[in-house]
Parts: sequence; C-alpha cells; structure tokens
Amino acid sequence: MSDIIVIEDLVKRFDDKTAIDHLDLRIHEGELFGFLGPNGAGKTTTVRCVATLTNFDSGRIVVDGFDLKAEPVEAKKRMGVIQQQVSLDKDLTIRENMISHAMYHMMGKREREAKIEELSEFFGLGEYLDKPVDKLSGGWKKRAAIVCAMLHEPRVLFLDEPTSGLDINARRLLWDVVRRLHAAGTTVILTTHYIEEAEALCDRVGIIDHGRIIALDTPQNLCEGVGSVAVEWHGGDQTRYRYFRSREEANEFAASLEDEGSVTIRRTNLEDVFVELTGKSVGGSA
Amino acid sequence: MTNLLKQIYYVAWGDMKFLRHNILNIVVMSIMSPILYLIAFGFGLRTGTTDIGVSYVSFVIPGIVALSSLNSSFSSTSARMNVQRLYYKSFDEMMMCPLSLHAIVWGKCMLGLIRGLFGCFLLYALGLALGYAGVTEGALQLTPMLVICTVLSCIVFSFLGMAAALIAKSHQSMATFNSLVILPMTFLCGTFFSVSALNPVFQAILYCFPLTYSSEIIRAAALPDYLDFPWLCLLVLILWGAAFYALDYWLLKTRKV
Repeated sequence: MSDIIVIEDLVKRFDDKTAIDHLDLRIHEGELFGFLGPNGAGKTTTVRCVATLTNFDSGRIVVDGFDLKAEPVEAKKRMGVIQQQVSLDKDLTIRENMISHAMYHMMGKREREAKIEELSEFFGLGEYLDKPVDKLSGGWKKRAAIVCAMLHEPRVLFLDEPTSGLDINARRLLWDVVRRLHAAGTTVILTTHYIEEAEALCDRVGIIDHGRIIALDTPQNLCEGVGSVAVEWHGGDQTRYRYFRSREEANEFAASLEDEGSVTIRRTNLEDVFVELTGKSVGGSA
Repeated sequence: MTNLLKQIYYVAWGDMKFLRHNILNIVVMSIMSPILYLIAFGFGLRTGTTDIGVSYVSFVIPGIVALSSLNSSFSSTSARMNVQRLYYKSFDEMMMCPLSLHAIVWGKCMLGLIRGLFGCFLLYALGLALGYAGVTEGALQLTPMLVICTVLSCIVFSFLGMAAALIAKSHQSMATFNSLVILPMTFLCGTFFSVSALNPVFQAILYCFPLTYSSEIIRAAALPDYLDFPWLCLLVLILWGAAFYALDYWLLKTRKV
C-alpha cells in the first residue's frame, strides 16, 4: 500500500510553545486514519500545516507525491479539508458556497453544476441548497461543508473534529457519511477526542500528545498492547485500572479485590491506552 | 494572464453575490455620508470663491469624492474580509485552494473597488448636476483622467483595507485602526481644504498619507481649467498602491494572518 501523506520531522512552534515536536507520520492511500489526543495536543495544528493554513518551522510534508513547500498548488488540488468550525460564508446560500468552492478549484460551469447536483443528492442536501447557511442545523451545515470539500474530488479528505458540538443523532449520521466516503476510496484523516468515534471509524489511530505521536496502530492492536481486558475498581479515593491479556487473569485479579468497592471487568478501549501512555484522560487538555 | 483573470473573477464571485444580496443597503451606505459631508461642508459651512477661482462647493466635491473612495473601498474590503477571516473562517477555505496569491489579492479587492466607484460616481454625478442646474458655476468636468484617478484611488484603498483586515486580530483592532488612521485622513488630507494653505510642517505630515495625493489628483482631474495636473502625486499614489499590494501579498505568502 503506497503512502499518500508523508510527514517527516515536522516542527511547529508558537512563540515559546512547541505545538508539533518532530512528528513523523505516514498515511496509507485509502485508509481511514484517526488522530486521537486531548485538546491542545497538536492534532489541529498538524492538519492546518498539511492544509497549508499554517507555516511550519521545519520538516517536510508530501501529499500524493507533491512536496507541500515546493509544489503547494498541486498538493492543494489533492486535498479537501473540513475545519473544526463550519467555515461556510454565512452571507451566501448553500448553493452559492458550493459554486464558490468549485470556482476556487477552477471547475467549469457544467462540471460544477453536475457535481453539486450529484453530491447534494448523495448527502440529502437537495432541498436546502437555496437556503442561507444560518437556516440549517449544525449537522446539515457540516454536511454542506463536506460537499464543498468534496466537489473537486480530492484524494485525501481531512476532517478536523467533525462531530464536535453535534448531538448524538447528527454524530451518527456523520459517521455514516464518513464511512461512505471511505468506502468510495477516499483517504480520510480524522482528528477527534471522542474515543468511540476513533474506535468506530478508524483503520489506524495515531495517539498524539504534546505534539508527538506516542502510539500508532490499529485500535485493536493498541488495546491489546496494553491488555485486552480492563479491571476498574475504586481504591482509596480514586478509580484504579489494571489490564490483562485474558479474561481469566482479569477474573482472578478481580476476585482478589473483594475488600474493595465495586469492581468492573470490561474490554480495554482507546481511552485506557491513552491513560496508560500519558497518565491523563483524552477529554482533558495537553 | 487569462488564467489569472479567471481566478480573480472566481475569487470575487462570492463577494459580487454578497453585493447583489445587499444592494439597497449598500447604495444607501455608499451615498449617505458623502452627501452629508457635501451638505455640511459644501453648503452649510462655507460659500464664496476659493483662491483657485472656483466656488467652494466645486472645490470640495472632488475632495469628497477622494474621501468617498477611501471610506467605501477601505471599509467594504476590510469589513467583509475581517468577518470572513475571523468569524466565518471562509477565508481559510479559499487559502486552502489552488489559487494564485495575486488572484486572491486582486479578487478580494474587487468588492471595495466596485463599491468605491459606485459611491464616487454617484456623488460626482450630483456635483455635475448641480453645475447644470446653475447651483454652482459648472467648473467640474468629467474627464478620462478623473476616471483613471478615481479607479486608482479606490484600488489603493482597497489594498489598504485588505492589509488592515489581514493584520487585525479582532473587530476591536479594526475599529482602532479606523479611529487612528482612517478618521484623521478623512478630515485632514486635503479633502475639505487645500493642503498648500497650511504651514510647511503640517504639509509635510499630511503628505505622509495617501489620501492627500488622492485628493490632489482627483481635484486637478475634475478642475482641469483651474489646476495643473500633479503628475508627481499620481506617481506617489501608484507607489502607495504598490506598497499596499506588496504588503497584502507578503501577509498571505507568509501566512501571518
């Protein structure tokens, strides 16, 4: 499998803070990759560097064979980015936003009209096309943003915290959209701090903390690396965890905790992996 | 070249749609303050003949045209870009697309240029009508040079508006820039009086601002029978435009936005 994104020794500093600290990453063509980490870990900054929205201090980024610094225009043609905050022009209608995006990618009138029609139907946006952006709910705005980012048929799609601030129904709907894009062959790179999102969607997950990738593998391998069964109990004044290779080992350990309060035996998740690796929770700040 | 022009049109397309959606509001806003200035300073404050031999109203109308090119072009470009960059984030979307930075600078200045020209020519048409109606002596003329100078002035102040919008970190900093730079220029840079009537120190200060050059060339182009055209002022204004353009380009290129 070839690498569609190659990031080598990437460094980005903001004044005295190092946001990305010598980050190396290769993302395979066609995969659904997840960046998992707490707020401020460097996920969005990495995406902004790849999307050319932020200059980086050193390192190299290659998108589909094109070096971002040497050939930014070619690299940009191959990328679509959906930012954390819906970035549609609220003074225009949904259709006007889409036409504007298509124009930015130099699409001709016939081509863009056909593509807007096709994608709007695919995402169920047809009836909202001529409405002002603000008349739509958060979930529909996200869908419209995805259509805008997909109009020029990018080979790589970045979704920065796509479900942040959405209710559970809208979140599930968006997961379906992401799965459909992935199934259609688009490489999808997703940043999230929702554990269940990364587990539900991603082929591989990179856990990022303080601007460094501290673990990189499939969700299953990452969990097995810690121990696939977790024992959770309340000891002293805090909740404690231990991880085991098998349920038998976990049961045996749980039995030895009979003097403790409630004990839970469950499957290890990515949050456990994160806590084990960093000593803090994903929902917190870096 | 064709590709660049196409990109400029594509960048400006959304802003032209915005203009169409808000046309009534924009018409009213474009002409309201120039007309108020004309009434207050042209008819209300002073009458009589100036030292170049025309009535004060004929003298002040080209000044208000220059002022209008500053206000309309600067505020249209800066306000829309400021909102798109800081609140809608739609400016980021454009920056992620494979567009030439030259096309982005020119394209984003089109709204300011069109609004500026609209306000200027509406006001100038009023000035000409006053001459035809016999309210003024009819000294004002519509010359090709006046069109060129007005277009240049609107472009220069659109570039300035873009630079201000790219540097501003909030609405508050835009308001501060308006109060400290735009407002003093509005009243002092030869719009309502001749800069040559001031003492040399004030003259030197006022010639540090681009609106002074804009006022001088627009006034000379509008009153060709009374004033020699100041070619040096035209050159300096072009240099101001080139400097603002270079600043816009550099801000986009280095992503210091």
